[in-house]
Amino acid sequence: VSEVASPDPRDLTVRSNGLRRRRVVEKIFGAVAILSALLACGILALVLGTLVFKGASQLNLDFFTKARPLFGEKGGIADALVGSAIIVGMAMLMAIPVAVLVAIYMSEYAGPKVSRALRIVLDVLNGVPAIVVGIFVFGLLVVGHGQSAVFGAFALAILMLPMVARATQEILEVVPQSLRHASLALGVTKWRTTWNVVLPAAIGGILTGVVIAVARVAGETAPLLFTTSIAANAISVNIHQALPTLPVTIFSFSESPDPGEQADAWAAALVLIGFVLVMNVLAKYFAGRKRRQLEGS
Amino acid sequence: MTTTTYEPTAPEPELRRRGVRVGDLLFRGVAVAAALAATVLLGLIAWKVFDLARPAFQDFGLSFVWTEAWNPVTNDYGALIFIYGTVVTSLIALVLATPLSIAIALFLTEMAPRRVAGPIATMVELLAAIPSVVLGLWGILVFGPWVRDHLEPWLKDVLGFLPMFSGDPSQAGILPAALVLTIMIIPITSAICRELLIRVPRDLIDGSLALGSTRWEAIRGVMFAYAAPGIAAAVLLGLGRAFGEAIAVNQTIGNHSVIPSSWFAPGDSLGSKIASSYAGATSNLEASSLLYLAAILMVISLFANVSAQFIVVRFERARRGL
Repeated sequence: VSEVASPDPRDLTVRSNGLRRRRVVEKIFGAVAILSALLACGILALVLGTLVFKGASQLNLDFFTKARPLFGEKGGIADALVGSAIIVGMAMLMAIPVAVLVAIYMSEYAGPKVSRALRIVLDVLNGVPAIVVGIFVFGLLVVGHGQSAVFGAFALAILMLPMVARATQEILEVVPQSLRHASLALGVTKWRTTWNVVLPAAIGGILTGVVIAVARVAGETAPLLFTTSIAANAISVNIHQALPTLPVTIFSFSESPDPGEQADAWAAALVLIGFVLVMNVLAKYFAGRKRRQLEGS
Repeated sequence: MTTTTYEPTAPEPELRRRGVRVGDLLFRGVAVAAALAATVLLGLIAWKVFDLARPAFQDFGLSFVWTEAWNPVTNDYGALIFIYGTVVTSLIALVLATPLSIAIALFLTEMAPRRVAGPIATMVELLAAIPSVVLGLWGILVFGPWVRDHLEPWLKDVLGFLPMFSGDPSQAGILPAALVLTIMIIPITSAICRELLIRVPRDLIDGSLALGSTRWEAIRGVMFAYAAPGIAAAVLLGLGRAFGEAIAVNQTIGNHSVIPSSWFAPGDSLGSKIASSYAGATSNLEASSLLYLAAILMVISLFANVSAQFIVVRFERARRGL
């Protein structure tokens, strides 16, 4: 009850009288903290365990190479895998160049005020719900043109942009000034300094940001529902029509009463989470390399 | 891409300098354009979503927000059912996730040895990496039945005198959706709290401990006092995330357009209602009402996010002043 470092001596006596109670509180706090951490880890283990338990038995070559059948017989999710790869790939092409340029502008050109304002813009953009981004692209492009993989990719790119830009900007800011000064002192122009010195020094951090963003948008369902969800169950690479994707497939299977489709949902979810985990391990690897590089320099 | 600036035989330095300046200007211009594009994009999203909602706004006016109806047969639409679902599930998630997140952050910064803290922090991060559609799948097929068979009967026994813990347990409803949201926001809030707590100056904590406070007292009196605004911002960011989540909630909330009296019963949320209508609304009015819901959702979650940014900016300014 009493405050720390109170100047009143009476407080101290009261507190030492309550030492037992204080020790008990200390113990309770410790136990709560440990239990909370265990709970979070337990939930992760439980979700991953369920996915492996329910999904692994479905995985076979057909699952990866065959498209979803219309009726009856068992098929695979090859159509969704191809669609997801194309859409995420296009989203990367749209988002990464813009995001890196925004970050370069923030750290190399803009003053502190403009840079701070842009940071807020990016953070607010990051906070726009994915489903609202989906509605936005629906209203902007899908109305009148119909669903297409390009529009789905555009929606995912909107989600990627602030993530990659913020990660890149943060890493550019820790690139040592001495590197820039050395390059400029040799007469190298500013843009070449940025391109040939600053960006290579920061590449590990940029890749970390990119990989984490890709892992996140690859699992996003909400922006795709309105942009590229009504698709034929066939392997297709036509980006001007709606393509099936992994998250939308899992979403529609998960609400199906058919146990066969539920089993396919588990297997597809296992594939998706496997991809996400690999991307996260990759991000850790890039982050570690970046740290070693910056420490070495 | 090696530079040729100091080649001895380079011709016409004047000319080359101009070329160099063009490169600089061009690069700068492209970077400015990208930054502008990001800003314009945010404005465009806000404008377009409001623009889409305009027909419904003209039909129903502002009273749409507090009208409790969703009836395609009589063409009666209102947002209250979904605002209730969004706000209640998010607040339950917030109340559960905040203490848990802070406790996890404290465990990682104050208690765990480094060798333990690293892997546990990674696992909490991975919890955030689970796609919402996968968490929702687990929520509806595994977690929901468990909630129905074990958690809800127990809650009913203990707290059944409260209206929200009465009624029949069900596997999809307000409570399962809120619990899935809790799992989704714990990693977000705890990661931010951890960063804040690491940055509390060590001297302050050591000073408090040297004056005879226990570790918990040092945490409560010094660390919380120092990090409180940041923690508030972290909680708001978590709340913004919970407001906006559409997919996992859609899978677990039961998609029933009523305000349930019990938290065990199915309801619906803004994001979830929009998500479940993707296959096509029946009438134009229903479609534009759905877009009105999207506008409301955007306003609510932008409000949570902008308040969080505001707190962060004030917090940083105050700290720079110190």
